[in-house]
Amino acid sequence: MKKILALALVLVMVFALCACGSASQGKKDDESGFKVGFIFLHDENSTYDANFINAANAACANLGVTGILKTNVPEGQECYEAAAELVDAGCSVIFADSFGHEDYMIQAAKEFPNVQFCHATGTKAHTEGLANYHNAFASIYEGRFLAGVAAGMKLNEMIANGEFTAEEAKMGYVGAFTYAEVISGYTSFYLGAKYICPSVTMEVTFTGSWYDETAEKEGATKLINDGCKLVSQHADSMGAPTACENAGVPNVSYNGSTEKVAPNTFIVSSRIDWTPYFEFAIKATQNGEAIPADWTGTIETGSVVLTDVNTNVAAEGTVEKIAEVKEALQAGTLHVFDTSFFTVDGAAKDSYLADVDTDAAYTGDTEVISGGYFHESEYRSAPYFDLQIDGIDLLDVAF
Amino acid sequence: MDKRKEPLIHITKRGAVAPGRAWAIRVGAIIAALLVCAVVTTLTTGINPFAVFGAIFEGAFGTNRKIWMLLQNMAILLCVSLAVTPAFKMRCWNLGAEGQVLIGGLATASCMILLRDALPGWLLIAVMVISAILAGAVWAGIPALFKAKFNTNETLFTLMMNYVATQLVAYFVILWEVPKGAGKIGIINQNTQIGWLPQIGSSKYLLNILVVAVITGLMFVYLRYSKHGYEISVVGESERTARYIGIKVEKVIIRTMLLSGAICGVAGLLLVGGTDHTITTSIAGGRGFTAVMVSWLAKFNPLMMILTSFLLVLLERGAGEISTNFGLNRSFSDILTGIILFFIIGSEFFIQYKVNFRKTAKEEK
Repeated sequence: MKKILALALVLVMVFALCACGSASQGKKDDESGFKVGFIFLHDENSTYDANFINAANAACANLGVTGILKTNVPEGQECYEAAAELVDAGCSVIFADSFGHEDYMIQAAKEFPNVQFCHATGTKAHTEGLANYHNAFASIYEGRFLAGVAAGMKLNEMIANGEFTAEEAKMGYVGAFTYAEVISGYTSFYLGAKYICPSVTMEVTFTGSWYDETAEKEGATKLINDGCKLVSQHADSMGAPTACENAGVPNVSYNGSTEKVAPNTFIVSSRIDWTPYFEFAIKATQNGEAIPADWTGTIETGSVVLTDVNTNVAAEGTVEKIAEVKEALQAGTLHVFDTSFFTVDGAAKDSYLADVDTDAAYTGDTEVISGGYFHESEYRSAPYFDLQIDGIDLLDVAF
Repeated sequence: MDKRKEPLIHITKRGAVAPGRAWAIRVGAIIAALLVCAVVTTLTTGINPFAVFGAIFEGAFGTNRKIWMLLQNMAILLCVSLAVTPAFKMRCWNLGAEGQVLIGGLATASCMILLRDALPGWLLIAVMVISAILAGAVWAGIPALFKAKFNTNETLFTLMMNYVATQLVAYFVILWEVPKGAGKIGIINQNTQIGWLPQIGSSKYLLNILVVAVITGLMFVYLRYSKHGYEISVVGESERTARYIGIKVEKVIIRTMLLSGAICGVAGLLLVGGTDHTITTSIAGGRGFTAVMVSWLAKFNPLMMILTSFLLVLLERGAGEISTNFGLNRSFSDILTGIILFFIIGSEFFIQYKVNFRKTAKEEK
């Protein structure tokens, strides 16, 4: 008995010693250099977070700084705690990737005025008035529009092949919430498709979650059974692409390529490349320059990108058409939310007050239509296009 | 002579085990668990296992803030564990702690949102405390009433109540979301801090820790020295005995479940009013189920639960550090936690039972 106890004690001591030794070793590695903290809602299994994680690693590698990545941080007190821990670890600038992190990032920004807090997709930086708290987004509606062009080309091809008539050209869309970011996303996608295939209509269903593989799969299946000829989504799992692959229905993706799970139906995906913003904010912090309260990445900055077109599925000439439309968008001769492209309740819009300065009652406060188009992501980086335009049918608006 | 073959292994119940021996078995189990973890780590990732163990301690004790957070997480888990314990001791399986915490949190949040302009701060907090406790108690009281009156299965009933609570919270989150369509409430009263539980000194977490410390002491005394505690033990041992000696079993069941739910309500209050200042469907974070393990491992002894909740929170806090330091997916730390818990739970088996191997022929000669 005593022998066993003695042995146990020795083992415990060895373990304890080793533990101490390695812990102090770990610290040594990061002692030198500039540190950047990242907070992610999920890990690389979510397409949304994977897109951020890849950008974080790329930005840190390009600039030669140390990145500390915290994954699976919920949208609660844990986010504030993660931010505070990153400050303790010596980070000079901290990024968070999920909308629900915003309030906790603001809480941390107030407590640590010497650290820069950059929050992707948030809406409050321009009204909060903190010098060290910033929002960022990208004009992803342009990317969506281009992805919509690819969808329109595919629909035209299927109509030309006699698979269905022009009047039957209906697309489906799986969204997460009835949130402006989602509305802006599916509307610009629809307008892109309509730009090519004027008779197209679209049905939208909402899952009430940013990541729910089962619900997204069921949503896509419901749309397909409803007669949708092509499906796209704004939700982060492989649910919708998988459903499309099973049913053989073409799919336009978001956040990155889903070709792996849907090699026979994936057409193209638009996504935001966060590397330019990460690099911009890190460099600004290093040089002591101010980061704007709102930063909107564009096609120009390399923030709005498309994956390679899957030529096995896409219609012929898709790549060329996308390049042509992209050029027009960049030149400013074409605007995604041109008021001549859409009607609301049968009438064209020439004025709209959007809820840019977020408040609980959602009151509009800023005129966003001028010069013949809706100015998205100009008065703040996060999207605020929330008009429900004709041609798009919302199947359920519970969320 | 008996020609029947003796089985290769047979298991016998041990008599009373000396505490020293029991602890030796437990320590042995933890060491064995760490060794298995080390082997698994090296084989699957090639990372030095000692560095991983170091990271667990670093994650739990690395900075002052981390120690505070460890204590805070421990306090909430301990609070929920204390809540389920009286019910468990009575052999009434309250698996609804998750929902009871949620509904307590929802009551707190609704007070903070609906009454923020109507009541002065101190009165609002008083209303929050009362409504959180009542909400939790009602949520546990409903299944208790059905068990006492109709002998329904409380395990299923309380479990189902969790889903009802989750859906209720989901509904109100959509109702109160800011901005429209976001599906998030965000921090409630961030600028005015109305309805936030007061902060003691410079620590955000001290109040929560103190409240739970007091509950721990009270629960220990309640279970061990009060008449109620005695009645709970008797009902747990044998309902018939309890009836025979004149205990009103229905009353004890309902009373104990109300208490169980009320303390869960307090946990919800501390989470929403004390630290998070928001309500989400996942705010209870599975603690309602982890608490089952905390309570069982401690054999329903509130003081021992301090130790078991510490152990579980230590593993959880360490897990986050592992994924940050080594770029490993969080699932990997779940694997390590699983191995350690498997051995710890297994050790209780070896404390209760003895494994006898068939004596080899050689020895028989």
